[in-house]
Amino acid sequence: MAIPGQKELTALENFMEGVWKQNPIFVMVLGMCPTLAVTVSAVNALAMGVATTFVLVCSALLVSLMRRIVPKEVRIATYIVIIATFVTIVDYLIAAISLALYEALGAFIQLIVVNCIILGRAEAHASKHPPAWAASNALGMGIGFAVALFALGAVREILGAGKLFGIALFGPDFQPWVVMVLPPGGFFVLGMWLLLFNWLRTRSPAAGAMKPVEGHGHG
Amino acid sequence: MTKSNFQLELRTSPHVKRGVSVERIMLHVVLALLPVAAFSVFQYGLSALALLLTTTATCLLAERGINRMAGRESTLGDWSAAITGLLLGLTLPPSFPLWMAAVAGLAAIGLGKALFGGIGFNVFNPALVGRAFVQAAFPVAITTWVPAFSAERFMGFIPTTFTAPLMTPPDITAWAKQAVDGFTGATPLARWKFETYFTPAQDFISGAATASAGESTAVLILLGGLYLAARRFLDWRIPVAVLGSAALVAWAFQLYDPARYPEPLFVILSGGLMLGAVFMATDMATSPVTPKGVWIYGALIGVVTVMIRYFGGLTEGVMYAILIGNACVPLIDQYTQPRVFGAQRGKA
Repeated sequence: MAIPGQKELTALENFMEGVWKQNPIFVMVLGMCPTLAVTVSAVNALAMGVATTFVLVCSALLVSLMRRIVPKEVRIATYIVIIATFVTIVDYLIAAISLALYEALGAFIQLIVVNCIILGRAEAHASKHPPAWAASNALGMGIGFAVALFALGAVREILGAGKLFGIALFGPDFQPWVVMVLPPGGFFVLGMWLLLFNWLRTRSPAAGAMKPVEGHGHG
Repeated sequence: MTKSNFQLELRTSPHVKRGVSVERIMLHVVLALLPVAAFSVFQYGLSALALLLTTTATCLLAERGINRMAGRESTLGDWSAAITGLLLGLTLPPSFPLWMAAVAGLAAIGLGKALFGGIGFNVFNPALVGRAFVQAAFPVAITTWVPAFSAERFMGFIPTTFTAPLMTPPDITAWAKQAVDGFTGATPLARWKFETYFTPAQDFISGAATASAGESTAVLILLGGLYLAARRFLDWRIPVAVLGSAALVAWAFQLYDPARYPEPLFVILSGGLMLGAVFMATDMATSPVTPKGVWIYGALIGVVTVMIRYFGGLTEGVMYAILIGNACVPLIDQYTQPRVFGAQRGKA
């Protein structure tokens, strides 16, 4: 289903949108709270990415299925209830699978409810597209989010602890960069990735295609 | 430093004066810093030389690389990156591993300068941003001190200097004790804070006091500052305000409890206050432009320094004091605008 005034995307483009062109972190700079808070290690970052992807895809699917029966006036409240349902499921799932991870992620699992990427997708995409399209777009967004979180978490864990996924990379003499596991480290590494992304985007020959797409403004 | 390169004068021709260029000012700052750097090498030997060369080279390379990445013209010719590198090296301990010094140089130019748009746009003093970064990243290495004037300082390097990149520097406590007898491994400020030991003032003049590479040479720093002030390349009010306010606060505290608090001279000479007041607080891009603002800015730095030293967890507070001062500059400038002649109060 095409939106008036918006170019129709192919199935692949619909999926890839979130992975690269509209990457939630590197391009739209959304969901900064979990991005900065949980990326002290690669495992935490990846777990948060997977959890968010699960909520994204499930809520997009349900929102899309219900898009014709939800009255316009109460749609936001409906989306929040749907999202909160899946966040509760994820919350219990993570606690059951790994208590250590559950404690490391802390309140940020519950806070997925207010992650603006998910509500934004529900409002801007899922509520206007059929279920398959909504789910595949949400999956792309989730992968883009998870990859970006991993990129931050990996750099912070490698420099902050000399490890990746808990495996020491440099031997016992490694000098940890204390600042990298502190909040400023999150900002520094995010800034560096944004710099790299913007540099790549402005250098690529298809720079014109990278302009922000109208109608996707949500925070 | 001086507010403007040009002065409006009403008189007959010729009207155009030769402006003092950024390049010329910066070159003279480098010249004023060279004696301090040379004395630092004399104190600490080859390791200090390697440290200063590393920070300067990294800053120059970072400036060049970032300019190339951004597609801008090279700005190496304005000497500002060289000053940043040299100052950064002088604020680091002489035993600082070179790979960490390179990280500091990259952070100084990348985070402190290029991010804001290059020379003249930086909010914070780039050298201090670099130092603050490595202080947060490597808190142990940046507080590992070595004695000055060890007998073999020109024969070899301090063992930590050539630590392999990303690795922890070796423990040099034993080395430092053997190099100079009776070395305690603590700066005068730390000894005052934890042992209430007052280091005599002559130690700061002779360079015997334990400190960062370029901090214990008060006379040479002052001479460099006097030279720059005499040539009008430096606003003399800033160092006077910084040192004056610090001395005043220290004097008040000493009056209150002479057994606990040191004399004002100790406060001025110890740590990096002299270097910071003369060469870093006076950075033109990061200090106020209004006459009244300059005094407020300098006093703020002096007072905050003493407060951090006396009541903070750190032994030295000059770096954060100057960074806090830098952050306040736009506010200070806004509230100290001189009244335009003829304008009425309360009306724009």
